[in-house]
Amino acid sequence: MKTIITATGKGEEKLFDLRFGRAAWFCIYDDETDNMEFFENKHVDAPSGAGGKVVEEVVEWGVSRVISGDFGPKAKDLLEKFDIQMVILKDDCKTIKEIVENFKS
Amino acid sequence: MPRRTRLRKVVEPPRFKGYRPYGVNSKRRESIELLYEEYEAIKLADYDLMNHKEAAEIMGISRPTFARIYEAARRKIAQALVEAKNIKTVYGNAIMDKDWFVCNKCHARFNIPKTMTSDKCPACNSNDIESLNK
Ligand SMILES: [Zn+2]
Repeated sequence: MKTIITATGKGEEKLFDLRFGRAAWFCIYDDETDNMEFFENKHVDAPSGAGGKVVEEVVEWGVSRVISGDFGPKAKDLLEKFDIQMVILKDDCKTIKEIVENFKS
Repeated sequence: MPRRTRLRKVVEPPRFKGYRPYGVNSKRRESIELLYEEYEAIKLADYDLMNHKEAAEIMGISRPTFARIYEAARRKIAQALVEAKNIKTVYGNAIMDKDWFVCNKCHARFNIPKTMTSDKCPACNSNDIESLNK
């Protein structure tokens, strides 16, 4: 199963990003291969609807779970529609690695 | 594409995650999966003692559909009793009004889409989770 974690940069030592649609980077963690991949968010500077565009990508990547700090109403509706789990964390001092280790164990 | 069964929300989800027989020694036994709507059907008919018409109205389904769900529920429970199997409750086609939870250990908030059956916190795997919509 694939999980997306919003990240402030590329690499597992980078901090978690509380924003979803305007997150700087996305980390895709696949628990079958224990592999992490990073993608830059192309929609950071979109004038509007960044959240919805990101959801489209999330669906294309075949992700089942998204971990972020906040989801806008549009993104929430869409993620719900596609049966993608939303996880909201309020702690922005955690690294991507710490978050992954926490749910892996 | 087959038509998806759409049910109105389960009035009150079961307060248990499952039942296990005791006095039988077998570590890995099969489970019977009791769907939320099946639990609801048994509760309305045999606990709240409603007739099928009333129960079907509460669940927002037709009487024949109610009868089918109720029959499936009774057979599953009977099978679990006779064959000493575990009963596990799963979401099925029931729609929970709003399915958001909070983890009492790490305070993550999350929803559980109907395609997922896990009842653990997705951020820390704790079982200590609580529904946000009571
Ligand atoms: Zn937790």
